[in-house]
Amino acid sequence: MAFWIIQTLNGLSFSMMLFLVAAGFTLIFGLMKIINIAHGSFYLLSAYIGLTVLRATENFLLATVASSIAVVLVGMAMQRFFLRRFHMKELQQVLLTFGFVLIIADLCLWVWGGNPVALPKPSLLKGSIWIGSVVFPSYRLFVILVGVVVAVGLWIFQEKTKFGAIVRAGVDDEEMLRGAGINIQMVFTGVFGLGALLAGIGGIIGGPFVGVFPGVDISMLLLALVVVIIGGVGSLRGAFIGSLFVGLIDNFGKALFPELSLFTLFAPMAIVLAIRPTGIFGKIEE
Amino acid sequence: MKTFEVFKGPFLLAFLFAVLALLLPSLFSNYYVGLAIQIFIMAIFAMSLDVLVGHTGLPSMGHAAYFGVAAYTTGFLYMAGIKNFWVVIALGMGLGGLTAAFFGLLAIRARGPYFMLITLALSQVLWGIAFKWRSLTRGDDGLPGIGRPQIGIGIDLKPDPHFYYFVFVIFLIVLVALFILVRSPFGYTLRGIRESESRMKALGYPVWLYKYLGFIFAGIFAGISGVLWVYYSGFVNPSNFSVDLSVKALLMLILGGSGSLFGPAIGAGMIVLLENLVSGFTERWSLVLGIVYVTVIMLFSEGIFSGIQRGKS
Amino acid sequence: MKALGLQTLSKNFGGLKAIQGISLEIEEGERRAIIGPNGAGKTTLFHLISGFLFPSSGRISLFGREVTTLQAHQRAALGMARTFQVTNLFQKLTVFDNILLGVQAMKWARFCFYRRVRSFREIIHETERLLKEWNLWEKKDTLLKNLSYGEQRQIEVIMALATKPRLLLLDEPTAGLSPAETASVTSIIKGLSREITTLLIEHDMDVAFEIAEKITVLHFGSILAEGSLEQIKGNPKVTEIYLG
Repeated sequence: MAFWIIQTLNGLSFSMMLFLVAAGFTLIFGLMKIINIAHGSFYLLSAYIGLTVLRATENFLLATVASSIAVVLVGMAMQRFFLRRFHMKELQQVLLTFGFVLIIADLCLWVWGGNPVALPKPSLLKGSIWIGSVVFPSYRLFVILVGVVVAVGLWIFQEKTKFGAIVRAGVDDEEMLRGAGINIQMVFTGVFGLGALLAGIGGIIGGPFVGVFPGVDISMLLLALVVVIIGGVGSLRGAFIGSLFVGLIDNFGKALFPELSLFTLFAPMAIVLAIRPTGIFGKIEE
Repeated sequence: MKTFEVFKGPFLLAFLFAVLALLLPSLFSNYYVGLAIQIFIMAIFAMSLDVLVGHTGLPSMGHAAYFGVAAYTTGFLYMAGIKNFWVVIALGMGLGGLTAAFFGLLAIRARGPYFMLITLALSQVLWGIAFKWRSLTRGDDGLPGIGRPQIGIGIDLKPDPHFYYFVFVIFLIVLVALFILVRSPFGYTLRGIRESESRMKALGYPVWLYKYLGFIFAGIFAGISGVLWVYYSGFVNPSNFSVDLSVKALLMLILGGSGSLFGPAIGAGMIVLLENLVSGFTERWSLVLGIVYVTVIMLFSEGIFSGIQRGKS
Repeated sequence: MKALGLQTLSKNFGGLKAIQGISLEIEEGERRAIIGPNGAGKTTLFHLISGFLFPSSGRISLFGREVTTLQAHQRAALGMARTFQVTNLFQKLTVFDNILLGVQAMKWARFCFYRRVRSFREIIHETERLLKEWNLWEKKDTLLKNLSYGEQRQIEVIMALATKPRLLLLDEPTAGLSPAETASVTSIIKGLSREITTLLIEHDMDVAFEIAEKITVLHFGSILAEGSLEQIKGNPKVTEIYLG
């Protein structure tokens, strides 16, 4: 029994971290139709920068802020100076993001080396908590909390704010936005920055338990892809449900049959594609 | 179409190139022979992708999937003692095609960026499976020690120059096969689909079926390159499924010219040479390559990308 | 036999009722024009007939066969051809290749992947015949995008004819053409054999009246009036929707 509770909580914490990354990815794709292969690179970069700040100051909050700012700047620069030129040319955009994957990955390798590292947890959260008869790391609960808070925050942003309405409209129909006289370029850059921010927070939050290492950028990308396909593109709700699904399955898969864990992800993805190609909550394209 | 006129200029060039290719092992050291082998194998891979990208207009982002499937097939068969080239290539092509048949069912209903997303995801999952299923694939370590195959007519393929000629011949065969395909009614139909799917539907063409068949063709040809690569490099590992490989193939098409006969091969040559050149100079070759790719796309995209839809058929 | 039959055809887009309960019959060999003000649903109707949209309710039959659930290419195989309001040709291919794709469409050879197209004498000859018949031989190697708008509109019609259809749907064939070009296209359509049933959407009433024997007037997705030229010309409701 304890095993199941622990695994479920593990899975949930992984899901929430995954949600942060996937939400960013789905926002970027939903609005701009850009497949940001460098999305995992934001995770990577943020985790490493956070690591350095943590080692220097032991202040988790500071690390989060520093890495977030860095990643947002990189993301917005990427969009503003490189991707923007190729609006509606998805192939070129994807190839550009791939170039950035190589650049960021190699820079990180150069600066931080190739050994896997786990970020130190903030001292407040180093311990464990009793849940019923089970002991569970507080940090993991913290991750679940962050995930839920961000999800709620994003929901409020999307449903209740003007900017969110603009993004929602843009996902449905870009022409409409232009017609309404909104500076669409700023919206794009902003959303890309937001997506990068989310992935960056995912990196900092995930750093302590997933760790950071060369290759985690591609691993995160893979999971984000699966989440978005299952949950539906351009839908935050889809990213949330998809993350829950993928996180739990991945976790249980790792615990029960570690070698086949990717099959347990592949099967649902293939099924969703077969039945409903736009994902469970995705928008149907005409 | 002035098939023969079109070839006067490039034909001479191609002839000169063929002469150079035949003389290569006698003129250059084994290192360059190895490079040339890589170029021909990658050219086959790029040409197979161009059937989809340049001719049908389907920007597949997961082409490495079929390469990888054929690669692992080759590896497994070798470890099981099966080194007969003809058996292995048939299985490699067959399984590449089968994987494409499966993935095609899932991906082809989608258009544009969604199609790209799905093809990327599918190939990435295969990468993940190869990575994690250690008991089968030995994960990241891969399957090492793959030797050269036996082609059954008494020629030993172990020396690189011998293998080089073998690969060159196969490259020519694939080139001719694609030449025929591109000029066949089927090839014309694919290009029509690239230009306007709705028009083709209105004319009565079952567009989905053509895309699907094209997808399978591309998978079969990609399988050839996967098999050859393993025999050349001597090992199999998850990188044979990597997004790296899929995207590099697209870059080859962009640099060399998509939708044309020799374009993919030229692009393959450029990328292979570039990678080898850069990695010879610096440890940070990945960084340099990334910068080069970004620069090339930023600077040359307009001219080169019109090549993606170039009707140079 | 009825070339085309529509039974209480309707199409809704969310809350928008684009086509409401249209019933229509066209005899073989007939020349029918569908007219109506902008937004009346003419092109939507064409999309429904040709299979580019599926109806929310109602049925469609083609030469006696029920085709409501058939896809566009399946209906084309049964003898339907259409043109598009916005020129929809293969811009980066030559004129020759454009027509060839039309000629090849209904032949089994279209699946062949191991022989050159050139070796299919029948297809090549038919393509050459069409090019010569329509005075396009000089331009056969020109890329389509290098032709004038008027020339492209003309090829739009010729392409539809290349598949030897029994029912031809023409979506505003003279849209954007000069008076001379309009006259040219009009005479092409009038000169078509009676073996081809022709259904025409037109904005230009003069063209519609010149080509058609029977007119259907569409307004807000339903049929306002239907009848011979005289009946429609004299119908006050019709003049009202155009002027009022």
